Amino acid sequence: MDNAISVSGLTKSFGRTKALDGLDLQVATGEVHGFLGPNGAGKSTTIRVLLGLLRADSGTARLLGGDPWKDAASLHHRLAYVPGDVNLWPNLSGGEVIDLLGRLRGGLDQRRRKDLIERFDLDPRKKGRTYSKGNRQKVAIVAALSSTVDLLVLDEPTSGLDPLMEATFQYAIQEEREQGRTVLLSSHILAEVEALCDRVSIIRNGRTVETGTLADLRHLTRTSISAELAGPPNGLSTLDNIHDLKVEGTKVRFDVETRSLDEALSQLTKVGVRSLTSQPPTLEELFLRHYTDEASNGKREAAAK
Amino acid sequence: MTSATEHAPKNTATPPRRGAHELKPAGGGAHSFSGTWQLIRLALRRDRVVLPIWIVVLGIIPAGTVGTYESLYPTVESRAPLTAGLGANPSVNLLYGPAFDLSTAGGYTAWKYGTILPLLLALACVFTVTRHTRQEEDTGRLELLASAVVGRYAALTAAVSVAGAASLVTGLIMTAGLLGVGLPAAGSVVLGLGAALTGWVFAGVAAIAAQLAEFSRTANGIGSAVLGAMFLIRALGDSAKDVSWLSWLSPIGWATQLRSFAGERWWVLLLPLAAAVVLTGIGYALLPRRDVGMGIMPTRPGPATAARSLASPFALAWRLHRGVLLGWVIGFAIVGGVFGSLAAGVGDVIGGSDQTKQIVERMGGSAGLVDSFVAAILGIFGMVASLYAVQATLRMRSEETALRVEPLLATKVGRLRWAAGHLVFAVLGSALLVLVAGAASGLFHGLRVHDVGTQLPHALGAAAAQIPAIWVVAGAAVLLFGFAPKLSSAGWAVAALFLAISMFGPIANASQVVLDISPFSHIPKLPSAPFTATPLLWLTGVAIAAFVAGLTAFRRRDI
Repeated sequence: MDNAISVSGLTKSFGRTKALDGLDLQVATGEVHGFLGPNGAGKSTTIRVLLGLLRADSGTARLLGGDPWKDAASLHHRLAYVPGDVNLWPNLSGGEVIDLLGRLRGGLDQRRRKDLIERFDLDPRKKGRTYSKGNRQKVAIVAALSSTVDLLVLDEPTSGLDPLMEATFQYAIQEEREQGRTVLLSSHILAEVEALCDRVSIIRNGRTVETGTLADLRHLTRTSISAELAGPPNGLSTLDNIHDLKVEGTKVRFDVETRSLDEALSQLTKVGVRSLTSQPPTLEELFLRHYTDEASNGKREAAAK
Repeated sequence: MTSATEHAPKNTATPPRRGAHELKPAGGGAHSFSGTWQLIRLALRRDRVVLPIWIVVLGIIPAGTVGTYESLYPTVESRAPLTAGLGANPSVNLLYGPAFDLSTAGGYTAWKYGTILPLLLALACVFTVTRHTRQEEDTGRLELLASAVVGRYAALTAAVSVAGAASLVTGLIMTAGLLGVGLPAAGSVVLGLGAALTGWVFAGVAAIAAQLAEFSRTANGIGSAVLGAMFLIRALGDSAKDVSWLSWLSPIGWATQLRSFAGERWWVLLLPLAAAVVLTGIGYALLPRRDVGMGIMPTRPGPATAARSLASPFALAWRLHRGVLLGWVIGFAIVGGVFGSLAAGVGDVIGGSDQTKQIVERMGGSAGLVDSFVAAILGIFGMVASLYAVQATLRMRSEETALRVEPLLATKVGRLRWAAGHLVFAVLGSALLVLVAGAASGLFHGLRVHDVGTQLPHALGAAAAQIPAIWVVAGAAVLLFGFAPKLSSAGWAVAALFLAISMFGPIANASQVVLDISPFSHIPKLPSAPFTATPLLWLTGVAIAAFVAGLTAFRRRDI
């Protein structure tokens, strides 16, 4: 079995709202997979279908080789879940919640539990209702990471964590990867996804719009070039895939799509290059492109109505 | 008052701008109260449904009794023995307080409602004050408000003002109602004021509790516990002659010692007034000694690791339900014992009134007044236990809406196993409650008539007969939870409807068709009526069907 998670053509509606509209998602065993999308894109809905909490209207979903709805209880032996919004039982201490959840999964690695509590600087004796949001999140993270499972399903796990704890989290996920565990990480924090994920899927309006390795995705997007030339630039504006071209005397700045990188650079060398900086596209740019596309689509749709 | 504080010149060097967590020690100054008027309006807006309901319902009850009294005891001859008969009965005094003069409609009303109305009004005040102080801090809403120009004492002042004003209005409605049905002015005013001032005392208790406790549940718990203790102190003082001074230690006792319609003692009104001022003052004094969101009473830390036994959904459910269930069991044991000790004296209470006798017999069957009374009160215990069954069932829904179910169902715990953990309490917990009440009332009744050997099994049997009907109510809640989770709280309405039909239907001469709607109407009225198994089997069958259908729907629906 190659894929820990395999979803295709998944749809789910709540009343008139279509939360999932033919979503596809493949997560290979042993990889850390980033799951990205704007608010309301359907990330949590997908995760809840995968956990057997929601029943999909159509499409197929396989999780660890089983059916997430029918085989829920037996599959859940092998996975741990961190919700984006953790609520704890008011009269149970954090340590009790960690132990309870671990025992209800496949079991708990006591050494890992102790280690993580220390690293996350968590007080396990506090009662559920006295934790702040970030600390509630830590309880769920420690409970998930110290459970002995094959698959971690993390739905915006670091919301509410401070940057220090965010770094601790990233380090802990690296360790999980080394252990050969599969991780599905839904996140808004792009630096986190860039640092951790082997592959990412970007979804929008309940549909997958991009999927692949970060390198693949970068390939689809633009590189920023700024250069100082020996003379005034020539012929750049005639190229097809150049965007946001700015010329100031001999200085030039532009974005170029990856497939036209060759042409653009040869135009520059024709004139003579004095200095050159190129920036690879960041995930953030890639992301913003999809997000802003969506925003403008949304506006258009609203106008059409 | 408040407009003056709003426009008061800001004569301090620092403007009233504070971080939410840093309350400076008491400095006084007009700005400590600024924003009070806005918060009062906010509280009135939030309570616009609840507040008028309890004001009107509690306010009109006393005037409503007068007609009942006149139809139950129409003649001077029928009224004359009441004071001597009821006044001498300690078990009656335990519940209602001392009977000073039952030969007038006013005196009867003051006796019948002299403890219960102040008690309910006090409870309403406790909840109102907590709701607008501690609960606002709990949810973090006060933090949001405190960042605006809102003074340190504004929330507490607004909460106490709203509760106090509502309590006063309730008292005035009582007075107006009693005057309206033609009762003497002095008694009407004292009765209304006495109730209103009891509300003020407990608004003061809640003002303190809100500073002590860190959570609104705890604050309400402290307020209710103080109220319960005050009721019990008064009950002891009123029923045992040698400790009658105890009644003077309790605000609930003061309300009866006012002697409305029986030679009013106006000066007693000063006691609750002084207590209200002192208690509220303590609340104000405590407030600056703590941070916003914190309590003076620290919460105790829990264990760092879970006990070995905390390893199943049932073990978790036990942790979540045990406190609530224990509270109910204690309540049922105490009230069951009180009613049990009342049973033998029931002939005195009802006296010569044929009509009251008929009502008891319609509710409890007709073979002997005492047995009918036992059957009737166990029927009431059954209906109240069904409220616990609904509460325990709907805990599933509150766990779901609080998003605490998802992480559990993402473990190997299946939906049915999770639900079973909670439903064990709805099914067995409610059965336990009614059996406890049966045991306590049978035991105390048996002790009084020196026949525990017969009375205890009788009462237990009558209690056990209620169980199938309780399960039907729980089944209705399970059905709602499975098929229409968003309407789950309608489970309360179902329980309340059954309760109203079975409790008030017989008094209101409702037709059999209406009575038959409630499962409690089908139970054989043990021990006064003969036992028949058929309706019990039917009810059990209906309950099982409801559980199966509701749980099947729950298994198939989205969380």
